[in-house]
Amino acid sequence: MQFDSFSDFIAMGGYGFYVWLSFGTCALILLGILVSSLNDTKRIMASVQQQADREARIQQAKQEQQL
Amino acid sequence: MWKWLHPYAKADRAYQLCNTLLPYFAVITVVCMLVGWVWGLAYAPADYQQKDSYRIIFIHVPSAILSMGAYSSMAIAAVIALVWQLRNAELAVIAIAPVGACVTAIALITGAAWGKPMWGAWWVWDARLTSELILLFLYLGVLSLYHAFEDKKAAGRAASILAIVGVINLPIIHFSVEWWNTLHQGATITKFDTKAIDSSMFWPLMVNIVAFAGFVGTVTLMRLKNEILQREKHRPWVRQLLNRG
Repeated sequence: MQFDSFSDFIAMGGYGFYVWLSFGTCALILLGILVSSLNDTKRIMASVQQQADREARIQQAKQEQQL
Repeated sequence: MWKWLHPYAKADRAYQLCNTLLPYFAVITVVCMLVGWVWGLAYAPADYQQKDSYRIIFIHVPSAILSMGAYSSMAIAAVIALVWQLRNAELAVIAIAPVGACVTAIALITGAAWGKPMWGAWWVWDARLTSELILLFLYLGVLSLYHAFEDKKAAGRAASILAIVGVINLPIIHFSVEWWNTLHQGATITKFDTKAIDSSMFWPLMVNIVAFAGFVGTVTLMRLKNEILQREKHRPWVRQLLNRG
C-alpha cells in the first residue's frame, strides 16, 4: 500500500480531483455502454415475444372461427 | 482446411459462438479490471516527477491503445464485409463502433484530466490530441452513416467503406508524437528494448490493458448478439430462444 491512511488515498498527493475525475468518468462510460447493451437485448427479446404472442392469438382466433 | 469456418457465416452459429465466448471474456474483464484498478491506484509506487497524478496512466494508456485496436478490428471486419459479402462481418462493424467510440472518449477525457495538472490546460490543439479526436468522429461517422440508410445492406456497405478509409488516421495517431513537436509525452511501452517504464508500473499497466481489451471484447460480443437477433427477429431459431428462457 502506497498510502498511510484512507484520506491520503483520496487526496492522491493533491491530485485527487484529477485522478478521481478520470477514474469516475471512465467507470461511468463503461457502465453506461454495458447497461445500454443489456437493455437492447431485453428490448429485442421482448419484441420477439410480443410477435410470438400475437401470432398465437391470431392462430387461436382462426381456430375459433372454424369451429 | 478452412472449411470449419463456413458454418459461422450462418447467423445462428455465429450467435452460438458469441454465447460460448462471452463468459470467458466477462470473467477476464472483471478479474483484470478489479486487480488492475486496485493495483494501479493503491499499490503501484508514485512517479518521481508526476507524483500521484500519473495514476491516470492506468486507464489512459489502455483506453488509447484499445481505441486504435478496436478501430483496426472494425476495419478488418469492414474489409471482410466488403470482399466476401458476409453479413455477420457487417454486423460486427456496427457492434464494435459504439464500444470504440466510448473507449476513445475515455482516452480523451482522462487525457484532459491529466493534461490540466501537468500542462496547465485541459485541451491543446496538439497533433496527438487532435488526431485522437478525429478518431472519435470517425467512429461516430460510421455509426451515423449506418443509421442514415433505410436499406441495411446499403448501410452496411457505406459504413464499411468509411471505416476502411478512416484507417489512414491510425498511423497518424501513432506517429504524431514523433512527426510533430508536441506536448504529449512519447510512447510508454512500445520501446521494448529500452523500457521507458519501471516494472512496478509496467505490470499493473499490462493488467489494465488486458482488462480494457476484455471489456471491449465482452461488450462487442453482447452487441453483436443484439445485432444478429435484430436482423433475424422473424426466424424460427430466434423464436426457439424464447422457450429456453
